[in-house]
Amino acid sequence: MLWVNLAGVALIAVIVWWFWIYKSVGVAMQEGVIEVVVKDGVYHPSKIKIPANKGTTITFERKDPSSCAETLVIPDLEINATLPLNKKVSVKIPASVPGRYDFHCQMKMYIGELIVE
Amino acid sequence: MSNANNNDVSDTKHTCCQSKKTAQGLALAGNETATFANNDEKQTEHHLIIDGASCASCVSKIEKALNTVQGVHSAQMNFAQRTVMVMGNVPDGILISAIEIAGYNAKVDTSESEEEAIDEKDKADAQYYKKLMRDMAIALLLGVPLMIYGLTIGEMTVTTNTERLVWFSVGLLTLGVMIFSGKHFYIGAWNSFKNHSANMDTLIALGTGTAWLYSMVVVAVPDLLPLMARHVYFEATAMIIGLINLGLALEVKARGKTSEAIKRLIGLQSKTARVIRDDKDIDIPIADVLLDDLVRVRPGERISVDGVVIEGHTAVDESMLTGEPMPVEKTGGDKVVAGTINKSGSIIFKATRVGKDTALAQIINMVKRAQNSKPPIGRMADAISAYFVPVIMIIAVISALAWLNFGPAPGIAFAIVSATTVLIIACPCALGLATPMSVMVGVGKAAEAGVLIRNGEALQTASKITTMILDKTGTITVGAPKVTDVLVANKLTREAVLTMASSIEAGSEHPLAMAIVESAKEQGIQPLKVTGFTSIAGQGVEATLDNNTLLFGNEKLMTERGINIDAFIEKAQAFAQEAKTPMYFAVNDELAAIIAVADPIKNDSIEAIKRLQHNGIRIVMLTGDNRLTAKAIAEKVGITEYLAEVMPQDKAKKVAELQGEGEIVGMTGDGINDAPALAHANVGFAIGTGTDVAIESADITLMRGSLHGLADAIAVSKATLTNIKQNLLGAFIYNVAGVPIAAGVLYPFFGLLLSPVIAGAAMAFSSLTVVTNANRLRFFKAKDH
Repeated sequence: MLWVNLAGVALIAVIVWWFWIYKSVGVAMQEGVIEVVVKDGVYHPSKIKIPANKGTTITFERKDPSSCAETLVIPDLEINATLPLNKKVSVKIPASVPGRYDFHCQMKMYIGELIVE
Repeated sequence: MSNANNNDVSDTKHTCCQSKKTAQGLALAGNETATFANNDEKQTEHHLIIDGASCASCVSKIEKALNTVQGVHSAQMNFAQRTVMVMGNVPDGILISAIEIAGYNAKVDTSESEEEAIDEKDKADAQYYKKLMRDMAIALLLGVPLMIYGLTIGEMTVTTNTERLVWFSVGLLTLGVMIFSGKHFYIGAWNSFKNHSANMDTLIALGTGTAWLYSMVVVAVPDLLPLMARHVYFEATAMIIGLINLGLALEVKARGKTSEAIKRLIGLQSKTARVIRDDKDIDIPIADVLLDDLVRVRPGERISVDGVVIEGHTAVDESMLTGEPMPVEKTGGDKVVAGTINKSGSIIFKATRVGKDTALAQIINMVKRAQNSKPPIGRMADAISAYFVPVIMIIAVISALAWLNFGPAPGIAFAIVSATTVLIIACPCALGLATPMSVMVGVGKAAEAGVLIRNGEALQTASKITTMILDKTGTITVGAPKVTDVLVANKLTREAVLTMASSIEAGSEHPLAMAIVESAKEQGIQPLKVTGFTSIAGQGVEATLDNNTLLFGNEKLMTERGINIDAFIEKAQAFAQEAKTPMYFAVNDELAAIIAVADPIKNDSIEAIKRLQHNGIRIVMLTGDNRLTAKAIAEKVGITEYLAEVMPQDKAKKVAELQGEGEIVGMTGDGINDAPALAHANVGFAIGTGTDVAIESADITLMRGSLHGLADAIAVSKATLTNIKQNLLGAFIYNVAGVPIAAGVLYPFFGLLLSPVIAGAAMAFSSLTVVTNANRLRFFKAKDH
């Protein structure tokens, strides 16, 4: 039983680490045109590094029929857009101060991050 | 730029060689300037809208800029339409950058109409619904018989080798269902996991996966487990997948209804317009209507673009935009707007705003944007949902451990059931849907009543307003003063007085002067040309007509010029008490007449103000007008608090003062003169007459002039906020109560442990409940509140 309990505690630790503590590294700075595909429950890519103080255009293409994925929200930049199925939608990201800006669907089930550096 | 609107967000049509109206007639071949013509590759057609191209020379500059982009085969601009068609395999963003470098702005052209987009969305939704229903049917085809078997005939345990074989086959069938009907959950969960995030799919995949895997272990190596724990849960896996697919399908249907308001607005756009070109009437698609085109509209037809009436007389039904039920008379010089219906006469109007610039297109844009924005109340749900799924996973592990350590035998079976149930019952979707669904319906509902709400924050704040400041002129009153009385002092006739008075006032831009000129015109009197026109600041005007010196102005002016006004002093005071502005008219330094001008109160202002007061809102009136007029108007409409002779900047100060008293202040004004106060208020309401309003100027825009719009806006906001709170509370209670019950907290007291199948059903229907509750708002009638 001790081992089972230890395994349980370890599992909890793994969950905490994997979902909260782990910070992904090595996302390359992207300039020019960035294309994000919304498919199978996620944004590809989900972490986008863009230059600070410079406007950028990100093109989203939704291939996921789930109605959750239809709305894209970047709350901190006051941006929202509707993503029709199988259509490319250009979203203009204004020149922004460095920081991390979440983008997600209305229910926050699809989550991505805009890293402005 | 802080607000990306739908103008920045456009669909890209990138089907090869699609025909496009705006590009008709543009020759594509033989573009000599193309520096990179890769003819072997498939060419893609790109359509962009150019902003800032003001002269024909811009055309070559833009085309040149595009043609130097590697991969562009040809670029041709249509200057009249401000569009450019580019052939080549280049992402739109690069083309836009090239145009921006050349000094212009560009965006992708939405090549399909809003209506087509809606149709396509409906089609996609219908397809998705069908797929989900099919997935549901397949899953339940296996799940329901298994569940009935388990509940009625047999124990779902593995004791003999035959049972092992049978259950192994069922296990494989279940795997088939998981792959066929539940594939999207597992792929979604895996993709999220790789991204270090977790969502709804994660919970479903983990829940059903655990149940299936445990059951397969029971079948494959039963000896690993005690006899009592050799139970299989294939029916749970199949049922959960079936029920959640059913829930999603019903949600797709219910969601469709939430966007009815926007569909209705989009439906107001005509497809064609009858323009007069070369003296001939031709029907053309509205996308091809150009500025200054003359458009003919017959009775019963819809007005296609915005314009100014050139010829004819008619009544136009604007109710679909303004909520104002009475048709509005239109004649030469009056504005007409797209989407409204011409009722009685035939008119010709000149197009002044076309395409995406029409008031209707802007309204659609604004409503869409507001529908997707979130009020602050939704932020709590957002904060929770960021941690929700991993927390549920942890609770599932703790619950399993608790059953293993403290639960009755067989611990492992109880642990698996409780962990699976916890994972399945938790529904972050309901929490996430709670706010946006209600906002979607509420904002749409407001638009139907002619109330345009800028965003979720304005919606939320409007529901909390305690004090409403009303500007007098144009808000409570019509805003167009009219001559009410003309009293003549000497031998001059009324006509002669009006002729002279309108002649001297024709040069003035003061609203009172305009009232006199208008009134004279109505009586067929044309102003004459005066000489030596002088405006005396704050007092009046002076001029000469046929060697007569005319003086027109207030009491102060007359007194300063030594003109005796005793005959009319009492009359003047009486006028002032009736909210009329008295003005004296003297000819050759002798009093000739007194003319009273008044701005009539809108016919429903009194009732609307009562409605606001009835809802517990304190009303304060501010006006730049004199005390007597202010007092008279305030008394007539039942306002006890008012401030007269207020300068625009002082209005903002008054807003701040009231806010200092702890009031949530709404400010209503015409959106132009009151800009500082509107910006200062917690919610600024711009009141428009007809559809001629700057819809970007305030937090909330009232499309019709009636103050009932204010009460409607507040009523809709309150109803929406109540709906959001119900949704949030429901979703919150559901999760807070559901998860512990699933974990088995009731077991020690009542011996109750939830089945994963029940959890699956509860979860599937909890988000459906939220959407359905939001849909209830569609039946809300603002007028009743």
